[in-house]
Amino acid sequence: MKRLFLLLFSLFSLAAHADLKVFATVPEWGALASVIGGKHVDVFTATGGLQDPHHVEAKPSLIARARNADMIVATGAELEVGWLPVVLRNSGNPHVQPGQPGYFEAAPHVRMLEVPTRLDRADGDVHAGGNPHIQTDPRNYLKIGEALATRLGQLDAANANEYQANFRNFAERWKMAIAKWEAAAAPLRGAHVVTQHKAFPYLYDWLGIVEVGTLEPKPGVEPSVSYLGEVVADVETKKPRMVIRAAWNSSRPTEWFSEHAHVPAVTLPFTVGGSDQAKDLFGLFDDTVAQLLKAIK
Amino acid sequence: MKPFRKNVLAVAVGFALSGFPALSSAATDPDLKALREEIAQMKQAYEQRIDALEKRLSQAETATNEKTARAEAKADQAQAVAQQLAAQPPAAQPTQSNAFNPEISMILQGAYNNLKQDPNAYQITGFVPTLGDVGPGTRGFSLGESELTISANIDPDWRGTAIASLKPEGGVAMENAFFQSLGLGNGLSVKGGRFFSGIGYMNEQHAHAWDFTDAPLAYKAFLGGQLGDDGVQIKWLAPTNMLLEFGAEAGRGRAFPGANDNKNGVSQGTVFAHLGDDIDVSNAWRIGVSLLRSSPDNRAYNDVSSTGAAVSDSFNGKSRLWIADGIWKWAPEGNSTVTNFKLQGEYFQRKEDGTLSSNSLAGICAGACVNGYDSEQSGWYLQGVYQFMPHWRFGLRHDALSYGTVNIGLVNSGFLNAADFPLLAAHDPKRNTAMLDYSPSEFTRFRLQWAHDNSGIGATDNQLFLQYIFSLGTHGAHSF
Repeated sequence: MKRLFLLLFSLFSLAAHADLKVFATVPEWGALASVIGGKHVDVFTATGGLQDPHHVEAKPSLIARARNADMIVATGAELEVGWLPVVLRNSGNPHVQPGQPGYFEAAPHVRMLEVPTRLDRADGDVHAGGNPHIQTDPRNYLKIGEALATRLGQLDAANANEYQANFRNFAERWKMAIAKWEAAAAPLRGAHVVTQHKAFPYLYDWLGIVEVGTLEPKPGVEPSVSYLGEVVADVETKKPRMVIRAAWNSSRPTEWFSEHAHVPAVTLPFTVGGSDQAKDLFGLFDDTVAQLLKAIK
Repeated sequence: MKPFRKNVLAVAVGFALSGFPALSSAATDPDLKALREEIAQMKQAYEQRIDALEKRLSQAETATNEKTARAEAKADQAQAVAQQLAAQPPAAQPTQSNAFNPEISMILQGAYNNLKQDPNAYQITGFVPTLGDVGPGTRGFSLGESELTISANIDPDWRGTAIASLKPEGGVAMENAFFQSLGLGNGLSVKGGRFFSGIGYMNEQHAHAWDFTDAPLAYKAFLGGQLGDDGVQIKWLAPTNMLLEFGAEAGRGRAFPGANDNKNGVSQGTVFAHLGDDIDVSNAWRIGVSLLRSSPDNRAYNDVSSTGAAVSDSFNGKSRLWIADGIWKWAPEGNSTVTNFKLQGEYFQRKEDGTLSSNSLAGICAGACVNGYDSEQSGWYLQGVYQFMPHWRFGLRHDALSYGTVNIGLVNSGFLNAADFPLLAAHDPKRNTAMLDYSPSEFTRFRLQWAHDNSGIGATDNQLFLQYIFSLGTHGAHSF
């Protein structure tokens, strides 16, 4: 019994002195928190790079991690609505509940696209706040990173200056990288594409790519053969240059479309860890731009 | 106006005089001198006034400049805001008084059942009837319970949930109505009201989230389907990276194995512990152990005596139920949408010790004959559900209950015969179930289920269920 108490005590005291424990719902925010937090944060990422962020289970391990977290970094815009509320409610951790400083959402810091004017499940998997896949536009990381650095500083005032410095350092390198990607991606401007799931409106908005169709008849609704046929029939008029899917999408619909419409199928990493090259945030966009350019040649 | 003209004249004179210094210096007349002094004073006064005027003018000019500058800055700001607005999400909707309405959702369920045996005669022979809703349902088309859920955060510290079950035959049952803390800190949480107990794995799940149409036999026999007492629960989550959770509940013993005792204090209580973690990104598991203790007073049920007379039997004493549960879920790379697999099993062991009375020979025993009663019975189930392609799942389940030992004092003493307790006749119920379900979206499910059930002695049942489950309203989050 004594030993148990000692163990528990050491666990508690450990928790009290450790770095800020950050629980990121998706890999991109985990990567951003690591960059800004540097050596003062201990980042746990709830999902993998090849995982569909819409369908995540409120696994026991996630509840345990949320219980010990100092901060939750989520996308928001209802992306995590299917699992995060359960995890947070079961965590017994008052510091990371929505509304607390320990709960951070990325979506409120950027301009949302595809905000529905009508909310009805008849329209499929729609999100009231707009399309939640904001991480596919690198410009968004500047605004989110700035807000995240401020919030980290609020939670850990002693290292606030360091978080700001880390962010400024990142922002400088990031802006240069954006300029490089934009220059490289110039041939993509105005290109017509077909997408499997509406996962990339922010990427298209950034690079000036035009989405002329989706393989999913409605967001989150699996493509049917008859609907795919309709999309293929539109190829003549809409002239897509490629068909794009996220790494976690099933490959079959894009392969089928690629074969029938005679356009290359492109798999984009979507997030950090979504491909072998997407090891970090820079790698994510290096690979995204490279994959797109490869298809347009 | 008048003084001004006089002043102008004076100034003019003054200037004229000062303009002719030779003349003024040459003057010696005392009157002239006095005049000159007066003019000099006036000149000084006017110079001061002019100074003041000039100062005011320059001040006014500066102010104007500042205003212009400020206006320019404001314009800049406005432009910046405009740019920002263009870059910001659309303005928030006007606040509405119903913005704080709680989350509302509803589950619609119904079935078509084809049952070989009469469902009204359903029994799990050998196990004390729970008086719960454990039968296989109605023959033919039937509406299931429609479940209305209303929940919301009450304030920063508390959340409230009410789940009303609208019965197809009319009437409303309050299935759940509880408050829960949103984190007292240090991993503690508290729940109070009427809620599904945290024992076992399936007990906390609502029927619409089950993988089969009905509950496992062990749940039916030992918990009357599901344990939902009135009481309080406290849970503590250990500060570990692995899930380690302890919980305890105190309740009234509203339903089986309790008997809704008319007494103060705690008549039913549980303790449980859960341990869970990931093996890798594709595999997750949780195991648990639970203990339920109850002390029912006069837990009565109806039976038929050996002479065919309707009798009432009643148990007084202590009931103790142990549950061990385990669940393993596999989803490749954590993606459950295309394929996934779920293996789940629970083992139950119950000991009851007390007295059993029967009114079958009421005349002899002055009301009811009473003697000792003890039993030790167990049961388990194991089920696997595999999603072999998007939207389609296939599942198998095996149920088994073990009669174990049952000592009825009234029988052992020779006062009554075993045939006077036909519901407690020695029998080991078994059931095998297969199901196939199709979920076109997250909110719809159609299920076909077939079961070969010998819960009742000598009355093997073949059951076919065709079920629908629709959920509408707020997107509820699912527990593991």
